[in-house]
Amino acid sequence: MSSEPYDAIVVGGGHNGLVNGAYLARGGLRTLILEQREVVGGAAITEELRPGFQFTTFSYALSLLRPQIIHELDLPKHGFMPLLMSSRFAPTVEGEYLWFTKHHDQNLREIERVCPHDADAYEQYSHDLDRVCQAIKPLVDMVPPDPLSDDPEELLALAGIGSRLRRLDRRTFHNAIRLLTGSAADFLDDYFESELLKGWLASSGIIGTKVGPRSQGSGLVLLYHSLGEHDGEFGSWAFHKGGNGGFTQVLARSASAFGAEIRLGSPVERVLTSGGRATGVALADGTELHANLVVSALDPRRTFLELVDPRELPDDLVETVRRLKFQGVSSKVNFALSGLPSYPPLADRSDVFRGFLNIGPSMDYLERAFDVAKYGWYSDAPYIDGAIQSTIDPDMAPPGQHVMSCFVQYTPYRLRESDWDTQREQLGDTVQSTLERYFPRFEDLVLQREVVTPLDIERTVGLSEGNIFAGELLAPQMFFLRPAPGWAQYRTPIAGYYQCGSGTHPGGCVMGAPGRLAAGQILKDNARA
Amino acid sequence: MLGFAPVIRPTPFHPRTSALNETGLWSHWAGHLAANRYQESDKFEYFAVRTAAGIFDTSPLYKYRITGADAERFLAGMLARDVRACPPSHAQYTTWLDDRGFVLEDGVIQHRAPDEYLLTSAEPNYGYFADRIGRLKVAIEDVSSQIGTIAVQGPRSRDLLAQLVPSVVETPFFGLTRGQIGGVPVTVSRTGYTGDLGYEVWVEAGDALTAWDGLWEAADGLGVLPFGLAALYMLRIEAGLLLLAVDFDSSRYAFNDAHRSTPIELGWSWMFKGLADDQRAFIGRRALERELAEKTSRWRMSGLVVDWEDYDRVYGAAGLIPPKLHAPVHEDWMIYDDAGQRVGYATSFMYSPVLQRHIALGRVRPDLAKVGQRVHLEFTVDHHYEKVAAHVVRLPFFNPERKTA
Repeated sequence: MSSEPYDAIVVGGGHNGLVNGAYLARGGLRTLILEQREVVGGAAITEELRPGFQFTTFSYALSLLRPQIIHELDLPKHGFMPLLMSSRFAPTVEGEYLWFTKHHDQNLREIERVCPHDADAYEQYSHDLDRVCQAIKPLVDMVPPDPLSDDPEELLALAGIGSRLRRLDRRTFHNAIRLLTGSAADFLDDYFESELLKGWLASSGIIGTKVGPRSQGSGLVLLYHSLGEHDGEFGSWAFHKGGNGGFTQVLARSASAFGAEIRLGSPVERVLTSGGRATGVALADGTELHANLVVSALDPRRTFLELVDPRELPDDLVETVRRLKFQGVSSKVNFALSGLPSYPPLADRSDVFRGFLNIGPSMDYLERAFDVAKYGWYSDAPYIDGAIQSTIDPDMAPPGQHVMSCFVQYTPYRLRESDWDTQREQLGDTVQSTLERYFPRFEDLVLQREVVTPLDIERTVGLSEGNIFAGELLAPQMFFLRPAPGWAQYRTPIAGYYQCGSGTHPGGCVMGAPGRLAAGQILKDNARA
Repeated sequence: MLGFAPVIRPTPFHPRTSALNETGLWSHWAGHLAANRYQESDKFEYFAVRTAAGIFDTSPLYKYRITGADAERFLAGMLARDVRACPPSHAQYTTWLDDRGFVLEDGVIQHRAPDEYLLTSAEPNYGYFADRIGRLKVAIEDVSSQIGTIAVQGPRSRDLLAQLVPSVVETPFFGLTRGQIGGVPVTVSRTGYTGDLGYEVWVEAGDALTAWDGLWEAADGLGVLPFGLAALYMLRIEAGLLLLAVDFDSSRYAFNDAHRSTPIELGWSWMFKGLADDQRAFIGRRALERELAEKTSRWRMSGLVVDWEDYDRVYGAAGLIPPKLHAPVHEDWMIYDDAGQRVGYATSFMYSPVLQRHIALGRVRPDLAKVGQRVHLEFTVDHHYEKVAAHVVRLPFFNPERKTA
């Protein structure tokens, strides 16, 4: 123990910083978590932009959060409450739709109504995907072994993965490889005929990533988004009480209860080093805080190229980090609504809105939305993942009124011969008029609109190029390559300096796994030291 | 026309509940139609109660009005918990015992006016009480079908009801108040079976629809949902509230003592804190005193929380996805100690969404009823028995401040 007041300083109070800080404090370290803004949560925050209306500005739902974190950090004691979304709804402008409830048999009938072939295909698909998820999940909860190392421990860990693979049946093994390397479209085409159903399922393969459903790599994104669970139901999503900001407040209470100190309004300028060792941090206001352990919860670009001097780092690492793909393509358009929208074929069924609303009626639709992004522009018929969260948590809006979160793709960070400061409201109009096509008179309901482009995500939260995963979920940036070969075990070349953000394994999507796994490494190293 | 046999009764709210029940599913509860759930997800209804408010038709309960100058004296001898500690405009959760100190039933007694009480019970008890009046000045009347009851439960229940009956704002936990809804008189008790902030509205059957409509209108836009038995069972287990014929049986109809429980065994010793200073003669008192003095209780009802790692391990080893089913299972689950000796049994089991754990109500040997005590609960996994670690917790499992605040 040093004479300084802190053993560890975590830079960044997003969900991974909070998870990491909570585990470090739980492990007995005097831990300080520094957050630049006046609210913890990073991209998982809830803001009252209009009196009584709670906006989930950025991230808006929960599924991938590792269940171990819920228990190990005692989150239910601190108010953890993932609420059930009882519906999922995929409409088309032509009046065809798929409406899923929590009733499995009825969902099969619903598919049968649209396409008799696909009802049992959906059963088979769900089962196959569950098997792959079952096989892949252990990788999500392990520190990636280093295949370039000759340390026997690393070889043992690699062998462990091999022996696990050996226990898989051929079908599951092949499905896993097809998803990890192929496209969502190829995978889904093997099961389904309905374009509506395929469009709906393929949307999981594009979230947050600059790929279309027909791009190689969208299979991995689809698999990634299926790795979560809600109350044991694989691939199921929940909406946290009070939005994802409600969730990060729970994390903050847990971290505090374990003894971590959280300091708001404290942007970190740089990490202090001496003789190749981290010694603390300097805040933007010049304050220096000292600790033998410094953990960056920021993305790899900030962790390696901004917080420390790249000249202290090996060339190959600096080069890999420079080459990392961020290229955010996702925006949020959030609405305060005076009432619920209405879908004409189901005009009296407001319960279709008790969950995700999928505007992505076919794979062609998604692919076309992607096409324009390749050439530096945003879609005029964008993919939208909507959620009227106040139908799930009535505390999010005044009685009878609602908040609606719309995740929008594709909106590339770099626009051709323009920028988001110019195009922001145009994007809002595009989204609004898209919704108007499905829900006539939607615009009459709009009390307020918030448009959050990739540029805004970068400016407010600090995620480079507005990439919501702190680095894209592309195969060359995953597992033992995330964020760079040789540096996927949360350590850095600077002794005592660690990384724990979503840019490390396994990745983003409010999973918390990076924060947890990094804490395990830090505590292990610290015990050895 | 009602599409069911005349022996099945609709509740006074049936015209409204049947219009809301989209599932076509009904249970028969105490001879009445009771909705299992109103729409596709009972769990969504459960969450409405935990995050906003839910409305439940609890009319099928038996209800007895007990009046007369000797009503208090009569009930003080019939009920094991001291009803004299329940002033007018208050209610008490209570139980009545046989002379061997075994539980006959539990219920809630409302002290409606100085010489007037209303007792609820899950099964018929009129004869039992009426036959024991003797020469006391007491009248007992079965008012079961004359009163409709709506439970309004959840964090928004107070704000919802306060629009209609403003005095609920000052009504304490287990207090009563009166008012009007839609012009008809109602009694509101701050009681319920969910372990949350909540109330029950008692209304003359003829006025029931008026009261329902007033309540339903006031609930508009608040996220309030009607909820059915499936959600109720989830809520009551988290609340640590026992269910007759599931967690215990009435001694009256038991064939042997294995099917009988004392109130101490059911965890109700808190009802008898003042027993030493209270000279009251009541049925079962001697047996109860003997049980307490000689420590002869066989069991103690306890909360059990299943160890999540062990649970995942057992299912994982079988290649299965560990099920987390919220729907309560009302069956016997054997409980063992570390040495594999049987030390009790659980009677209600579920996955609790607010606790994110599997929980069970179960009875264990009294020496093991210590918070943190490790036991093992027996499951069937892949058609064979597996023991999973669990530990004892204090009941209720879920106990929000708002419940009594």
